[in-house]
Amino acid sequence: MARITAGLTTSHIPAIGAAIDLGKTAEPYWKPLFDGYEWTKAWARENVPDVVLLVYNDHASAFTPALVPTFALGCADEFRPADEGYGPRPVPVVQGRADLAAHLAEGLILDEFDLTLMYELDVDHGLTVPLSLVYGQPEQWPVRVIPLAVNVVQYPPPTGHRCFMLGQAIRRAVQQFDTDLTVHVWGTGGMSHQLQGPRAGFINKEFDNAFFDRLVKDPDGLARLPHLEYVREAGSEGIELVMWLIMRGALGPEVEELYRFYHVPGSNTAVGHIVLRAADTR
Amino acid sequence: MTSYTAGFEDIPGTRVFTAARAKQGYELNQFCMSLMKPENRERFKANERAYLDEWPMSEDQKQAVLDRDYNKMLDNGGNIYFLAKIFATDGLSYLQAVSTMTGMPIEDYQKMMISGGRSPDGWRSIKDGN
Repeated sequence: MARITAGLTTSHIPAIGAAIDLGKTAEPYWKPLFDGYEWTKAWARENVPDVVLLVYNDHASAFTPALVPTFALGCADEFRPADEGYGPRPVPVVQGRADLAAHLAEGLILDEFDLTLMYELDVDHGLTVPLSLVYGQPEQWPVRVIPLAVNVVQYPPPTGHRCFMLGQAIRRAVQQFDTDLTVHVWGTGGMSHQLQGPRAGFINKEFDNAFFDRLVKDPDGLARLPHLEYVREAGSEGIELVMWLIMRGALGPEVEELYRFYHVPGSNTAVGHIVLRAADTR
Repeated sequence: MTSYTAGFEDIPGTRVFTAARAKQGYELNQFCMSLMKPENRERFKANERAYLDEWPMSEDQKQAVLDRDYNKMLDNGGNIYFLAKIFATDGLSYLQAVSTMTGMPIEDYQKMMISGGRSPDGWRSIKDGN
């Protein structure tokens, strides 16, 4: 039986990837940010799952304006780093886990989540920056990855409630997979940030910290937060935080908080990172 | 306008990229996507106006691109993740390009971010003035 045992969330700012790739992580601007991930890197070395289901959003890399899937599941054997205009990031090709992805596609669609299924998908900084933050710069990523791309670029994105329900459905589907596997679920993006208009640079520490608390203790209530409140309190790009609710739904009702980190700024963004263990790991 | 869309209009200094704006900005954003290819970037840089004229964009959209007026591009249906292909072509970072939309010099914008970012106070609601 497969089981979801832990989850984490992290921002996925492109400049973080550039800082890693260009060897700038020890510079004064970046050091406090990368120091904040040292605990997690040590934890991740001791807790290597078979598969990471990685919830992220594409940033006009794989999806053009011609196609806007709300939820798109990566069902291929591998996913290449996307060329985002500066050349692909010098990171390993992401190895998928097609048997579990096929199982999830079946389970989730029959559970009435009408996914888009991706058999070719180049993955951009939204997916590769979290891998770099947790696993550093290995020759090969130590885990298989199933990408789950969520539209948070064009409004309306899915509601927080729908994301939370999808997470719960992922948990059910994983538990029905008849192979002994450990799965972690990552939610990425956020926290407060706005990359457009005169309001750009918007950061809301109070909101972000309350979001952390509610994610742990009151995910049902948090899932009811309307989009307008995300934009008002976390900025137009802060809407990425709905993706964290997929992770939270997938961990079951009770979680143990293992680690939390918050830092401003990473480029234009508030960096938020939390590691959770599922209380019920059946 | 639906009440969903109208709600966002109350947020100062913000243009939420709705389905209606996506339609309005479709060709502008597709032009941006074309800059993912090195040969297109070269052709664009060699003669911006001629390259833009290959696209069925409005004159306002073309002029906004030529002026690198990102707020005007947003007004015309552009979205920042597509527009990023333009400033990547110009060799600018997100921080540099985003700062131009705020009217602040880049140094001041960078300083604001390092000091904790733009405070939400006064930037939540036009109606409530908070």
